[in-house]
Amino acid sequence: MTAPAARGRVPRGTGTGTATIMPQGAPNRRNTELVLLVFAVLIPLFAYADTGLAMDGRIPAGTLEYGLGMGLFALLAHLAVRRFAPYADPLMLPIAALLNGLGLVFIWRLDKARQLARNYPAAQNQLIWTGLGIALFIGVMVLLKDHRLLQRYTYIAGLVALVLLAIPAFMPARASDFGAKIWIHVGSFSIQPGEFVKIVLPVFFAGYLMAKRDALALASRRFLGLYLPRGRDLGPIIAVWLLSLLILVFETDLGTSLLFFGVFVIMLYVATERTSWILFGLLMAGLGFWAVATTESHVQSRITDWLHPLTAAPNGGGVGQIGQSLFALGAGGVLGTGLGQGHSWLIGFAAKSDFILGTIGEELGLAGLMALFLLYALLFERGLRTALAARDPFGKLLAVGLSGAFALQVFIVAGGVTGTIPLTGMTLPFMAQGGSSVITNWALIAILLKISDVARRPAPAPETATEPTQVLGPS
Amino acid sequence: MSELTLTVMRLGFLAVLWLFVIVAVQVIRSDLFGTKVVQRTAAAGRRNGAAAAPTGRQQPPPQREARGQQTQGGGRPRRGAPTQLVVVQGSLAGTTVALQGQTITLGRAHDSTIVLDDDYASSRHARIYPDQTGQWIVEDLQSTNGTYLDRTRLTSPTPLQPGAAIRIGRTVIELRK
Repeated sequence: MTAPAARGRVPRGTGTGTATIMPQGAPNRRNTELVLLVFAVLIPLFAYADTGLAMDGRIPAGTLEYGLGMGLFALLAHLAVRRFAPYADPLMLPIAALLNGLGLVFIWRLDKARQLARNYPAAQNQLIWTGLGIALFIGVMVLLKDHRLLQRYTYIAGLVALVLLAIPAFMPARASDFGAKIWIHVGSFSIQPGEFVKIVLPVFFAGYLMAKRDALALASRRFLGLYLPRGRDLGPIIAVWLLSLLILVFETDLGTSLLFFGVFVIMLYVATERTSWILFGLLMAGLGFWAVATTESHVQSRITDWLHPLTAAPNGGGVGQIGQSLFALGAGGVLGTGLGQGHSWLIGFAAKSDFILGTIGEELGLAGLMALFLLYALLFERGLRTALAARDPFGKLLAVGLSGAFALQVFIVAGGVTGTIPLTGMTLPFMAQGGSSVITNWALIAILLKISDVARRPAPAPETATEPTQVLGPS
Repeated sequence: MSELTLTVMRLGFLAVLWLFVIVAVQVIRSDLFGTKVVQRTAAAGRRNGAAAAPTGRQQPPPQREARGQQTQGGGRPRRGAPTQLVVVQGSLAGTTVALQGQTITLGRAHDSTIVLDDDYASSRHARIYPDQTGQWIVEDLQSTNGTYLDRTRLTSPTPLQPGAAIRIGRTVIELRK
């Protein structure tokens, strides 16, 4: 065979002539990434200046320093990618940087809303957490030589996830936790261990499903057109279901439990290609949700809020949280009121974390909100593209799991704020206030970039390609 | 601040945000990769010069290792020692494993170094390891469908030369320097 054909297949009988199909690697897109990163630093700066002009009538002091700082963060992250993951996806880092930068501007803007109840400055802390997040991003880039190393820690990851999830349930409850026990308080600051589980649990699922997917996919009986798995293969899914229900009951954290169960069902479906798992998953989630909803008062009040968002609170207050955010979104209209010109103090509770989407929707309008959702969708799409391109099954499953967790998170919080699904406390990735969330998401992006680097790395040129064909003849 | 300036900035910001989204989508558009179909007639002229020429525009140049003629093992054996194992055909084509003196196991079992997703592979199919002198040896682990070195089915541990193709089912693997 001649050299190019040796790398691909030669289709026969195509009519006009034969063609050679050659695998084509993705180009190294680091310069594209750099250009987009410059954009991603400049756009939040524009937003920062715009907000200052609207609220104080002048460009805020320190715009230059802030811009240089963010530019330095972005440059360091870019150099790490250039050095340690040269073939990685060019879009993930700029989109993450843009979302994080916009989040910082919105938090700073809400700090300045003086009428906001219980307002304490948060932008400074969020900036520090962002720095830590990018440090972790660079750390993962440098230390994680190959994502397949994570596969060794499959069961350790499972155990760590369980411990991290269980810790807050045993912590003394605090009045400031608002019903959900998901924080660990150390001194004056608190961390949410559940956030880190978003990375650890997909590692466990990917390792476990890779080992068991054949048994789950093939050893099944057909019944009414559905593939029913064997009883013993059902064990793990029931275990995870029970686990997520236990989280729900003991920590009354609807969002986290939905997130983990959703990620598990997505990964199960991807690993086995059986639609019946999705049906089972939905059925079990519905069943569990119904069971908890009939017993837990915290969950019940969330559902009432969702069904009747505009009913005034019984104690004579205004409408509930969802009603407030719906009013904010409505006030924004199509083009928004402009940065810094909304009435975000009317959202009385969690304005910087769960309800930051309300302020964004009011000040940027439907147009801005849709651009934001598209950015999240693009990030998710790049994750799935990485999974498609990855060669090893563990990398595929891990990429699907991580990007699935990311997308589910956006869906849960955006669905809650817009009144599509019952509201649950969950941070909007990269935008909302929350240190654990920011650093977890940066680590998540770093792992996805590592997988995409391996997946997009071009195949080494075949040894035979550059050597002349040996001709055997009489000597 | 005048109302006009603020309105312009408000709309300008939305425009810039959407510009970013559009540029990102453009990047995705130009980022397609996978397979490329080259017509034989068009490619024939370039065949002699550079075999990789049709992909040259899109692909970064292949790593050019200093490759001499000492492949026949005339000089010191360490000079031409292989540094990586490359899957050249099959569903894993393009996967590489760096050789650092460790044993490499091949098979469908999920704890193999290279997990073969190949219907004709056994769960523990073969292994590749260095002996005391550093020579790489390939050994078939009593697989069902056998391991082939070039055309011959392996029956005993066999020394492996760089560039020789090991075939397991539909997967072809070779050592590279």
